[in-house]
Amino acid sequence: MEVAGLAKRFGHVRALRGVDFALGSGESLAVFGPNGAGKTTLLRVLAGLLKPDGGAVRFGGRPLVSAESAHRRRVGLISHHSLLYDGLTAAENLVFYARLYGLADPRGAAAGALAAVGLGDRAGDRVATFSRGMVQRLAIARALLHGPDVLLLDEPFSGLDQHAAAALRELLGRLRAERRTMVLVTHNLDEGLELASHVAIQVAGRFVSLGPRDGDLAAYRARYAEATAPRA
Amino acid sequence: MPSVLAQAWAIAAKDLLLEFRSRTAFLSALVFTALVLAIFNFARDPTAVSAADLAPSVLWITFAFAGVLTLSRAFGLEKENRAMDGLLLSPASRTAIYVGKTAANLVFVGAIEAIALPLFALFFDVDLLPVLPPLVLVIALATIGFVSIGTLMSSMAVNTRYGELLLLVLVLPFLVTPVSAAAAMTAKILALRPSVEWAPWLRLLAAYDITFVVLCTLVFEYTLEE
Repeated sequence: MEVAGLAKRFGHVRALRGVDFALGSGESLAVFGPNGAGKTTLLRVLAGLLKPDGGAVRFGGRPLVSAESAHRRRVGLISHHSLLYDGLTAAENLVFYARLYGLADPRGAAAGALAAVGLGDRAGDRVATFSRGMVQRLAIARALLHGPDVLLLDEPFSGLDQHAAAALRELLGRLRAERRTMVLVTHNLDEGLELASHVAIQVAGRFVSLGPRDGDLAAYRARYAEATAPRA
Repeated sequence: MPSVLAQAWAIAAKDLLLEFRSRTAFLSALVFTALVLAIFNFARDPTAVSAADLAPSVLWITFAFAGVLTLSRAFGLEKENRAMDGLLLSPASRTAIYVGKTAANLVFVGAIEAIALPLFALFFDVDLLPVLPPLVLVIALATIGFVSIGTLMSSMAVNTRYGELLLLVLVLPFLVTPVSAAAAMTAKILALRPSVEWAPWLRLLAAYDITFVVLCTLVFEYTLEE
């Protein structure tokens, strides 16, 4: 994944101001930043949900075209929102998405994805009856259903209890081992650093720090505090 | 890679299942339909205006407004948990999303019309059996016209404040042609006039449908951009 000079503006607010980075297969980037830094906008542009005003995103050497279905097939997104239908059961939600992605065996794929996130025994229950943590696990199953090469994660640990968070860490570690590329935005330095091969700090729409992970948590805490401190 | 029709079917089936479980929009539209027909029937002075003169206009006012009531739910469903992002992230083509949503809306509006028609016959003492085939043809053509444009407008209005009100304002100007044509044809069909008298309206309705179905399918993807 190569990103060069990415820019996005909403009215007079510049949400992205020249974001650049490159990730190889199996590499993962953790993006830290305060609220309003443009982290979610970055993920939405990478997912093809927003068109950038400037710059370029390339996957496997090919430019991202938001309307291109081949690109969308390679990307999975876990966002603040579950993107699920409360009135459908867990299995119905996943079968619906499996059909949209053209998977050969939608029911089998849905059953496998539910088992992978520990929701196999709740397949027939409506999402409206799920706890926040269960919804998040189902959202993860939805994002991984089609086996994406690139995984975009927006605060994926939000709402998960300790057990579920540990299971997600293990799952993401497995995906890294399978050489999936990941971009993760989070406030949580601990969890982000554990998963990342590269680390960026985003402030006011631009990366003020970017590089391979090369320090301990304390060093990154200091770096983050310095980067996000209000300027005189 | 699933075909556009397979993707559209998945979207329509999902919408129908969600509505079947909640029945919110369907029941609201049905109650509205029954109330309008009852009010027009009992408020009418039979010595001033005959049922036959009033019936076609009442039928089409009822169908049009009941239809618009159900159209707003088409994209309202996708607001929940930002499910629209899930559709847009998937490889489903924008055409498939539009066709799926339109198909589900046609089923909803068609079901309401199927229940409203006997009520209409009952309240206005109209014998529908001899005129049912041409009347169903007119209803089908007019419904395709206003549902196709209404589905497009629903996608534009859903993320705005007062979306349902805005939908009415956006859709009503486009309803003038199909509803007027359908009401004119219904009057002639109920009066058992020969088909040559209403055939020009039918051609107008068919031309309207073809134009707006094609146009709405082409412009739909531009309504999805943030």
